[in-house]
Amino acid sequence: MPFAPSDMALIVPELFLTAAGLVLLVAATAVSRAQEKQIALWSIASLVVTGFLLAVPASAGAGARSAFGGMFAADGYSLFFKVLILAAGVVTILFSLRFVGDSPYPGGEYYGLLLFATVGMMFMVSGTHLISIYVALELMALSQYVLAGYFKRETKSIEAAAKYFVLGAFSSGVLLYGISLVFGATGSLSLAAVSRSIVLGPKSPLLVLGIILVACGLFFKIASAPFHVWAPDVYEGAPTPISAFFAVGPKLAAYAIFARIFFSGFGHNSSEWTVIIAASSALTMVVGNVGALMQQNVKRMLGYSSIGHAGYALLGLLAYGSKDFGLSSILIYLTAYALMNLGAFGLVVLLETKGYAGESVDDFNGLAKKNPLAAGVMVLFLLSLAGIPPTAGFVGKYLLFSAAMQAGWFWLTLLAVLMSAVSLFYYFRIVRAMYLVEGTGELRWREEPAVTVAILACAALTLFLGVYPQPLIALAKACLLS
Amino acid sequence: MTYPLWLIPALPLAGFLVNGLVALIAGWQRAAGRTAAWREAHPDAGHGDHGHAPHGGGHGHDDPAGHGHDSHGAHGHGPSVPALPYWQRLFHGVVGVGATGLSCVLALGVVVPFVRESLASENGLPAVVETAYRWMSAGPYVLDIAFRLDALSALMLSFVTFVGTLIHLYSVGYMQDEEGFGRFFAYLNLFMFSMLTLVMANSLPVLFIGWEGVGLCSYLLIGYYYDKDFAAAAGKKAFVTNRVGDFGMVLGIFGIFALFGTADFSFVDMARHGAMNGHAPLSVYAVCLLLFLGACGKSAQVPLYVWLPDAMAGPTPVSALIHAATMVTAGVYLVARCSAVFVLAPDALTVVAWVGAATAIFAASIGLAQNDIKKVLAYSTVSQLGYMFLACGVGAFGAGMFHVFTHAFFKACLFLGSGSVIMAMHHEQDMRAMGGLRPKIPQTYWTMMIATVAIAGIPPLAGFFSKDQILGAAFGAGHPGLFAVGLVTAGMTAFYMFRLARMTFFGTFRGSKEAEGHIHESPATMTVPLWVLAAGALGLGFLGVPEVLGGSNTFMRFLAPSLAASHPHEVSIATEYLLMGMSVAVAAAGILVAWRWYGAAGATPQVPSVQADAFYRGTGPLGPIVANKWNVDEGIEALVLEPFRKIGTALWRGFDALVIDGVINASAFLVELTGDLARFFTTGNVRNYILTLTLGVLTFTLYVWIR
Repeated sequence: MPFAPSDMALIVPELFLTAAGLVLLVAATAVSRAQEKQIALWSIASLVVTGFLLAVPASAGAGARSAFGGMFAADGYSLFFKVLILAAGVVTILFSLRFVGDSPYPGGEYYGLLLFATVGMMFMVSGTHLISIYVALELMALSQYVLAGYFKRETKSIEAAAKYFVLGAFSSGVLLYGISLVFGATGSLSLAAVSRSIVLGPKSPLLVLGIILVACGLFFKIASAPFHVWAPDVYEGAPTPISAFFAVGPKLAAYAIFARIFFSGFGHNSSEWTVIIAASSALTMVVGNVGALMQQNVKRMLGYSSIGHAGYALLGLLAYGSKDFGLSSILIYLTAYALMNLGAFGLVVLLETKGYAGESVDDFNGLAKKNPLAAGVMVLFLLSLAGIPPTAGFVGKYLLFSAAMQAGWFWLTLLAVLMSAVSLFYYFRIVRAMYLVEGTGELRWREEPAVTVAILACAALTLFLGVYPQPLIALAKACLLS
Repeated sequence: MTYPLWLIPALPLAGFLVNGLVALIAGWQRAAGRTAAWREAHPDAGHGDHGHAPHGGGHGHDDPAGHGHDSHGAHGHGPSVPALPYWQRLFHGVVGVGATGLSCVLALGVVVPFVRESLASENGLPAVVETAYRWMSAGPYVLDIAFRLDALSALMLSFVTFVGTLIHLYSVGYMQDEEGFGRFFAYLNLFMFSMLTLVMANSLPVLFIGWEGVGLCSYLLIGYYYDKDFAAAAGKKAFVTNRVGDFGMVLGIFGIFALFGTADFSFVDMARHGAMNGHAPLSVYAVCLLLFLGACGKSAQVPLYVWLPDAMAGPTPVSALIHAATMVTAGVYLVARCSAVFVLAPDALTVVAWVGAATAIFAASIGLAQNDIKKVLAYSTVSQLGYMFLACGVGAFGAGMFHVFTHAFFKACLFLGSGSVIMAMHHEQDMRAMGGLRPKIPQTYWTMMIATVAIAGIPPLAGFFSKDQILGAAFGAGHPGLFAVGLVTAGMTAFYMFRLARMTFFGTFRGSKEAEGHIHESPATMTVPLWVLAAGALGLGFLGVPEVLGGSNTFMRFLAPSLAASHPHEVSIATEYLLMGMSVAVAAAGILVAWRWYGAAGATPQVPSVQADAFYRGTGPLGPIVANKWNVDEGIEALVLEPFRKIGTALWRGFDALVIDGVINASAFLVELTGDLARFFTTGNVRNYILTLTLGVLTFTLYVWIR
């Protein structure tokens, strides 16, 4: 494999973040509990510096470049996702400052693990080779398993980690098996080469089976049905900032590789896989939204709701016929998705006390009277999640559904609209609790400036992109796969 | 032009934000202070009594004065709600008037050079379009927030900002005793922002933002005394009625988009050149009628006029600004703006003309028998709006817009004058209790008389020129029927306006002795705007002197590039003189009758005029029906609302209870079933999860196999 020193220049941001993670991990062993906050702040700083390192070549006008013999691509598409992922990381750490600080569990390693998960995602979205993608995915997943079980004496947390690990291992097996079948059929693992051999070579059932198995593995990562079963349990059991992170970061990365693998790798075989994706999308929307109807726990409900959103986002992959529109609508939708989910989870973080109290729908009772601002912001996020203007969620959903319509998926779009209507019901249960029900006990509202700032930033962006989406639309169009 | 156009609407918006925020915070503080004071006075009261603090903690109006709509704490009633402290009033006033005034200065700064250059050039200046920012783009469709300056928007801009500033100034005096002073100015500024967006928009969607904005402000300001049931109900009525119109408006915008492929005003030029989308599903006729339905709602035409008379529940400056001078003319503006489309559908124009004519005479007839001073003016406004649509309907869009322009001045003057009268009378609005006010409030008297003569159509005041051109156009376009309706309406207008003037200002005072002693002229912030508006009513007609009277009709020449070419006047000079003579004669007759009947010395509150009473008795059943506004509200109640209620009840009893509940129960059962099924797969046991995953993989693989 050809290897030039200049290749290293392209992965400087990833290298930096890895180094920062290692240093902070070691430093964490030497700090007292009171000093953990320093580690958190240094983690934020290293995420910001990483973003800066990403931005410098991009602002200098560097186009799409490839390195390590086609295993790694530094293009606009990966940059878009990396920025979102880094931002999600920063927000997660802001959420964690007090949450972990107040918990009985030392938090030094927590931040290091978060950084490693972020590095994994960054390599994922840049991966253009099935092996590099897979290795990066495992780096992310292993960090996730530990983070899910970080509150190691809470049964729920341990349960979440164990389930996540076992099921994750299973899905990795399926994914790897699929990859090996693709290799067997095409003799290559680089996406460009796979694509070439699909065009040139004869159609082989082995290849189709491989594609289906890869899809199954990725369905697990984005939590779409019937591979979604882990998500509610893990979201409920993991520490809430981590749930917020899981709902956003890994999903963004998984969608990024899903679209890249299927558009630039398996694109020419699209007639074989669209039906599978459509079936999963339909099932996911139904399972997610109907499942959310029955939840009392807000984290579980948001978990099911994000399953529903995974179903909507799959619509964008189906719009392969008008690829650019479909892909740009996915990028816009995922941006909105990240903002509103981080915001909604952030409010749950704010309401929570030690342990798992404060995450039932009833805990939102009477919030509007106690704290009108928090209630108003929550309404904004819920409106956005339900896809009602003028919020970013509406813009994303609107573009996504238009793309699916344009690609001819009428019945699926109809189902998506119907399910959006269903989703109104459970989102507004929270609104009802906040505005129409009298609060029973004292609200466990804590003043946390870091969380408040992060939530308000998410809210401002959600509203701004809902009113004036044009800059984001232009950006997404500039960041498509070449 | 050295500053961007968007600054003109942005200034009132800034005023709204500042005033609204300060009023909100000050309101909170007052409410908190009041609650604290009440707590001190009632130390034994428990904690659960938030809602029982007296005076409603913050929403403060006490208005025991019968049907008087304005509450003025300083005059002895409702001492529990004090007016704002002086510095707060000063702040709100300076911000509110300043924002609008500055925007007026900026507007005139662009309009005046535009008018001058436009008149100097052969075919007028092309429209100036400024894009503030790109709102959104989807595929080939682009929507910009863009503002437009052409003849039509320049005209609207000039009088909306000018009259608006005067009315803001007037409100400083009129509303001084209100606790909601800041809220009032915030809404008023928001209205100015919306109205300016409406008239400066460069596309129908942006116009629609302004359209809905003014509707919202109208609703908020009608319901300004929201603790009064009638005000809240009137606001609701306006809102609901306007929704009917907006339904047509929105469909009309979609229709325009279907016809031309764009909704920005370039479609006007396209319509001129006949460049239409060949396979548009909607005909031009339908689109025009839909847009006109929207205009009917906003501009109070038959049958959607019912909200406007009730809208008088708002403070009088609101009636003057929103429900007389500016907002209600938005419908006329819309029709004039789309005139190039309307002329493609002559049948639609005929509908416009007849609806306008019907509204004009119908509302005027109701105005004949009203005793509430503001109600007379309200029906008069509806009637005058009918004139404007009548003009548009016969293709004389310029004449319609001219009437919009002059009407803004004399009707605003009349409303503000009536406000001054009402204030002098301590919130008495019934003209039967007035009389002989002339020497006591001379400035109000003089200004109102000028405006009254103007609206009656006596030359050379403004109303004469604009009304005469409408009547002339109706006759010239070959519609003698429309002309006759317009002529009769002109006589009625003269009658009811002079009836108002005679009952209010002449004869002897018919109220109580105590009330007579309190009558006082209004402060200068109110009389100065009155004089300026009266001057407008006096002189602005000279902008549009027709050729036949030796003028050059500057107004029409200026507007021509923005409008569809109107039909040429096909009448001889002699006929034209004859038409003018007829309209003046009819107006004079109306004045004469009113003068003879009303304002005589022997009038009493029960029988203000012996002759009118005799006439009323002579009309048989017709008189009471007219006096009761043709029973329209009762008719709507019986024919529209009652059936809907019946349908609603039937649906509730039959459909809802049986079908919906049945479906719900069935679906509950279904969900339960699904739940059981789901429980089998999501037990929380990892092995069940693995089973689900495996089944998923197998199903998908199987699909590949059997395909």
